[in-house]
Amino acid sequence: MVPTSYFLVLSAVLFGLGVIAFVFKRNILTVFMAIELMLNAVNLAFVTFSRALGQLQGQVFVFFVIVVAAAEAAVGLAIVILIHRNRGTLNVENVNSLKD
Amino acid sequence: MITPQIAVFLILAAVAVAGSLSLILQRHPIHSALSLVVVMISLALMYLLQGAEFIAAVQIIVYAGAIMVLFIFVIMLLNAGVEERTNLSRLAKFVGVPLGGVFLLEIAYWIGRATLRLGAGPQQTVSTRELSTLLFREYVFPFELTSFLILIALLGALVLARREE
Repeated sequence: MVPTSYFLVLSAVLFGLGVIAFVFKRNILTVFMAIELMLNAVNLAFVTFSRALGQLQGQVFVFFVIVVAAAEAAVGLAIVILIHRNRGTLNVENVNSLKD
Repeated sequence: MITPQIAVFLILAAVAVAGSLSLILQRHPIHSALSLVVVMISLALMYLLQGAEFIAAVQIIVYAGAIMVLFIFVIMLLNAGVEERTNLSRLAKFVGVPLGGVFLLEIAYWIGRATLRLGAGPQQTVSTRELSTLLFREYVFPFELTSFLILIALLGALVLARREE
C-alpha cells in the first residue's frame, strides 16, 4: 500500500499551489478556482487520515465539504455575475471602490 | 521498492501537480478551468486507490460534473477573455515568488516528516453501506441542515443574479 505521508505531502503541495494561485491570479473566476483547489487538497487529507486511522468520520466530512463547496460556488458565481454587470470587469485590481 | 500502487500514485500525483501548475500558468480562464477538472479527476482516482469508492463517485459527479460545469457556464456567459498581464512589481518578483515556493516546500517537508511513522493503515476497503449508516444515523441532523443550506444558496443566487427591471 501507499504510505500515508505520500498522500499528505501531495495534499500540502496542492494546498500551497492553491494559495499561490489565489494570490497571483487577477481574474476573479480563476481566484475562485484556486479556492476550489485548496478545498480539494483538504479533502485529500481528510480521506487519507480516515484510512490511516481506520475511522469513517473523515469521509463523512468530505461529503459535507463537497456539499458546502457546491453552495458556495452557486452564491459566489452569482456575485461574480453581479460584479461584471456593475463594473464591467473581471479583474480583481479594478474592484476597488472601498479604496477610493 | 516501487509496488504497482506506488507507481499509480506517483503518476496520479504528477498529473495533479501538473494540472495545478497549469491552472496558475494559463492565462485564459477556460484553460484554467479545464486544468482544474484534470486535477479533480486525478484526485478522484486517488480516492479509489484509498478504497473510498463513494467519495470518488461524488467527487466526479458533483465536483468535476456540477461545479465545474457551473464555472464554465459563467465563463462563457460573461465572455471572459485572456487575463491582462500587468508587470509584477519588483517586490512581488523577488520576495513574493520565492516566499511562496519556500512556504510550499516547507509545509510539504514538515507534514511528510511528522507523518512518516503513521504507516499505510488498515488494508480493508470501506463499504458504502457503513458510510451511509453513519451518515443517516449519527450525522442525520447536519445532513438535513445541508439541504436547507443548498436551498438557501439557490434562492440567494437567484436573487443576486436577477436582472432588475
